[in-house]
Amino acid sequence: MVSVAILGAAGGIGQPLSLLLKLNANVSKLHLYDIVNVPGVAADISHISTNAEVKSFLGAGQLNDAVTGIDLAIIPAGVPRKPGMTRDDLFKINAGIVKTLVEAIALNSPKAFIAVISNPVNSTVPIAAEVLKSKGVFDARRLFGVTSLDVVRASRFVRDLRPDVDAAALRVPVVGGHSGNTIVPLLSLASTPISLSLEETKDLTHRIQFGGDEVVKAKDGAGSATLSMAYAGARFADSLLRAMKGESVVEPTFIALAADPEGAKEFRELGAGSLEFFAVPVELGPGGVKRIVPLGAQPSAFELDAIKVATEALATNIATGVTYVKGV
Amino acid sequence: MPGVATDISHINTNSSVEFYVGQSQLSNALRGINIVVISAGVARKPGMTRNDLFSINASIVRELIEAVADTCPKALIAIVTNPLNSTVPIAAHVLKSKNCYNPKRLFGITTLDSIRASRFVRDTHGIDAMELHVPVVGGHSGNTIVPLLSMATPQVKLSQKEMEDLVQRIQYGGDEVVKAKDGEGSATLSMAYAGARFTSSLVRAVGGAQVMESAFVPLAADSQGAHQIRRLGANSLDFFAVPIELGKTGTLRIVPLDAEPNMLELKAIDIAARTLKDNIAQGIKYMDSNQPLY
Repeated sequence: MVSVAILGAAGGIGQPLSLLLKLNANVSKLHLYDIVNVPGVAADISHISTNAEVKSFLGAGQLNDAVTGIDLAIIPAGVPRKPGMTRDDLFKINAGIVKTLVEAIALNSPKAFIAVISNPVNSTVPIAAEVLKSKGVFDARRLFGVTSLDVVRASRFVRDLRPDVDAAALRVPVVGGHSGNTIVPLLSLASTPISLSLEETKDLTHRIQFGGDEVVKAKDGAGSATLSMAYAGARFADSLLRAMKGESVVEPTFIALAADPEGAKEFRELGAGSLEFFAVPVELGPGGVKRIVPLGAQPSAFELDAIKVATEALATNIATGVTYVKGV
Repeated sequence: MPGVATDISHINTNSSVEFYVGQSQLSNALRGINIVVISAGVARKPGMTRNDLFSINASIVRELIEAVADTCPKALIAIVTNPLNSTVPIAAHVLKSKNCYNPKRLFGITTLDSIRASRFVRDTHGIDAMELHVPVVGGHSGNTIVPLLSMATPQVKLSQKEMEDLVQRIQYGGDEVVKAKDGEGSATLSMAYAGARFTSSLVRAVGGAQVMESAFVPLAADSQGAHQIRRLGANSLDFFAVPIELGKTGTLRIVPLDAEPNMLELKAIDIAARTLKDNIAQGIKYMDSNQPLY
């Protein structure tokens, strides 16, 4: 049975995410940490009749306890985007938050799996990696940027265009990063072939890439995606939990390619080049990343172009994250 | 509101999501609907009882039910809005005055009390909360909530003191959360879970399944089946939370308890019935003194 810590549990993503994790039968202990409001959230959730024990940890003084004895830390903590903000605008605030949280995990549960939701993921995951390296506990197989929402959106948006498609069953590989044009949906490699004109492919790709902006705009100042993000985060967490139990599970996620240098070759050749991090389909096991799963077919010309564009932007995002920790 | 809908619409399940903002879109929101769930209203703050929010929430429920009656009178209606002991009678009153009342189609969601019952027994006795079922009857606030721990399945061995403490905790579980949230509201997440669980049962029932549940219902939904709970203490009350069997048309029948409650529980049902009588009357009184304009 698994102990999970949610860091940022009282926030817009944290609350529904905590609810969904409390419903997960594979969780035996749920540690909810935040800097405000978490005792109320924990009391609320602790009433749900599943077996996980819920504990609340409030404030920096309780952070170490929050991340002691845990197998998985999920980090949604941070400020949300507002209209006009890009993910990089929130960078400074969220970078500091992620650094502090990962330092505590490195100190207290260095072998824990870490799933980062806090944006900008393209930079916060490299920040996490650098922190773990500086403490001598970095394991590329145990650090994940959560990109599941892009995959979820891909399936759903295909259905919006093709109403006969079963959105829950359709799997569209999504590679690259987790913001705007670093998101590369490989629609040509969908689990069920979908026939799309070039125009439709462009529109769909754009919609998936900027799905986050769609929600930020609709929320009109009240925040960014919380509910769908919680769903995606819980889905990814569930895959990690099942993998910990020995099940073989495939999930797309943003990882350090060092987790499987052999498997990474294909993606490097397709355009990831010498990037340290890239979102790829991964087979998960009890040790985290077991291997990167090959695509099985060549992406289309349009998609290869998109990977090129993504890689350029990603290189900058990654460097921003690394520089934040290491200095110049 | 568009924000919430857009957010949720990105989830890759097959249902389509539409949003409607404001009173003028209320009837559009209800067109062609099979199940209506009403959670609208203000939340309790520390020191407030469920009755303190009464006036505001009573008027919200009345307005929404009027729209349901006008637009989708055959829908199943599940109410979350507190104080449930009064809002459900208010809903019934509105539906009656619009000539579309069917007691089999109206439900107050009390699932959170059952959930708390199972979880709180686990807190003290370590048993598997997911396997434990505790029938809960009466109403949905404080001492109107009557958990029948003697009839838990699987059976749980409890001393009298343990039972009393558990009953108290289950009855005031809501207050526990209001206090912990310190001004930030009342139970939302656990209530959402409970509401979703009950609504899922309604969805399955509308889909043709026969589903066992519990809810605060008009006892007229099954006059015959109501005999037992009346004899046990509900007496002549019009509404009471009981175990029910759901089907396509709503409540198919009230499911009898398969044993007699113990002395403590019978006493609790008496107390619950007395308070419930007042709560129900308060709902009716509100409707009588706020004659609608139609």
